[in-house]
Amino acid sequence: MALSQTEVLAGLAEIVNEETGIATDAVALEKHFTNDLDIDSISMMTIVVNCEDKFGVKIPDEEVKNLETVGDAVNFIVSAS
Amino acid sequence: MSKKIVVTGIGATTPLGGDVKTTWQRLLAGESGISTIEKEWIAQYEVPVTFAGQAAVASADVLTPQEIKRLDPSSQFALISAREAWADAGSPEVAPERLAVEFSTGIGGVWTLLDAFDTLKERGPRRVLPMTVPMLMPNGPAAAVGMDIAARGGVRTAVSACASSTEAIANAYNRLQTGEVDIVVAGGCEAAIHALPVSAFAAMHALSKRNDEPARASRPYDSNRDGFVMGEGGAALILETEEHALARGAKIYAELAGGAVTSDAYHITAPDPEGSGAARAVLATLKQAGAKIEDVKHINAHATSTPVGDIAEYNALKRVFGDLLPGIAVTATKSSTGHLLGGAGAIEAIFTVLALHEGVIPPTINLDDQDPEIPLDVVVSPREFKGDNLLAISNSFGFGGHNAVVAFRKY
Repeated sequence: MALSQTEVLAGLAEIVNEETGIATDAVALEKHFTNDLDIDSISMMTIVVNCEDKFGVKIPDEEVKNLETVGDAVNFIVSAS
Repeated sequence: MSKKIVVTGIGATTPLGGDVKTTWQRLLAGESGISTIEKEWIAQYEVPVTFAGQAAVASADVLTPQEIKRLDPSSQFALISAREAWADAGSPEVAPERLAVEFSTGIGGVWTLLDAFDTLKERGPRRVLPMTVPMLMPNGPAAAVGMDIAARGGVRTAVSACASSTEAIANAYNRLQTGEVDIVVAGGCEAAIHALPVSAFAAMHALSKRNDEPARASRPYDSNRDGFVMGEGGAALILETEEHALARGAKIYAELAGGAVTSDAYHITAPDPEGSGAARAVLATLKQAGAKIEDVKHINAHATSTPVGDIAEYNALKRVFGDLLPGIAVTATKSSTGHLLGGAGAIEAIFTVLALHEGVIPPTINLDDQDPEIPLDVVVSPREFKGDNLLAISNSFGFGGHNAVVAFRKY
C-alpha cells in the first residue's frame, strides 16, 4: 500500500531533525535542501539511507541529485512505496 | 631574543570531572577517577581488564545531538576542553590568520573506525556513515577545534603516542616563537576505552589487572604496581605571546618557558633503560627556558605505573639532576586520572600550571610501599609550592621512543 504524502513528510521531517537539528515544522514541501535548509551532501546521504530504512524504498544514488526540495523527496518516496 | 609565552586559559574533561575546577579539586582531595566499566562488551568479548578512567561527565550532556553525531568521541572531548579554555581566556579577539591550533590524539577516531566496520559487516557498505572518514582521521579533533574558533593560522596534529599532547605544546611554543601567530590552542584528547584497544593493550601486558580494586590500580612508584590504567578525556591550554596577552589585559596563569622533543631509536615500545633520550629532552627544554637544573623545583612525571617505565624515567631524571634530584618534589597524577594517552601531556601540563599558579602540588595516590629502586621525593598529600622564579617540568614518553618535555615558570 502506498504511503500518503502527509505520512512521508512527517517521517522525513523527523529524519532531517535527527540528523541536523532543524525543527520538524521547518521541513516543508517547498523547502530546498541546500539553499533553504543548509543541508550538505554528506548529511543528505545519511538522510537518504535513513529514508530507505524507514519507508522501505530504494533511492538510487543517481536519483539523489534530482531530489532538490523536500517535495521532490516526498513525491519520489510516495511513488516508490 | 626569544619571546615570553604565557598560559591564559585552561580547559579539561577528565575521569575526575567535566571541567578543570572539578578535576583539580578532586585531584587535590586525593580521589581516584578509575572505576569498573559497566558495558556489555566487557562480558561479550571477555575483555581481561574490566576498569578504566572513564570521563566523569558524558559528552552528550554538554554538546548538541548533532555535534555528538558528527564527531568521534575523541573530537567531542577536544571540543569540550577547548571551549572551556577559550572561554577561560576571555574568548580573545584575535585575527583568524594569527590564531593556530596544535591538538593531538594518540590513536584517533578508533570508536568511529570500529563501529563503521561493524556496520559494514552487519548491514553492508551503503549503511557506512558518509562522515566516517572525517570522524576517524587523527587530525579530526584539531580540525573540530579550529573550525569552532575560526583558527586560520594553521591547524596541526602531533601524533607520538602518549607523548602526543606534550609534543603539541612544544610545537605551540615554537610556533609562537616564529612570530607568525599570536595565540595557539594546544591540547590533546583520547577516547579509546573500547573492547579492541583495551584488549590490545592488555595483550602486550601493559595494563594493570587489578580488576577487583580499580581505584587502587594506578599506583606509580609503588612496589606492587602492575601496569597502567587507561583513561579518556581531553585537555586544552590557550598559549599566547606575553605581549599579546598583556595588550588585551588577559589573566596569566604561568609562563610556558620551553618545550622539546627527542627520540630514542632504541625499541618500538620499551623505554631506553639508560634514559638518555628522555634526559636530552629535559636538558633541551631547560636550555630553551634559559634555566639551570637547580632551578627545577617540581616535576609532573610521566610515571604510568608500569614496572619498567617508572624506573626508566627515574634513571633519566637521575642522569639530569644527579644529587639535586632528592630535593625536587615529584608527583604522578596518573594515579588519580589514569593514563589519557594522547591527552595525558595536556592534562598534566594543566596540573603543572595550576601547581605554580595555586601554589600547591597535587598528590600521588596509592603509594603504599615506595619502590626502593625509585628514591624520589614523591608528593603524597597536597604540598605548598610557593616562592619566586619557580620552575616546573612535565614529562611525557610514548611508544615509538618519543620523549617530550615542557617547562612552566611561575608568573
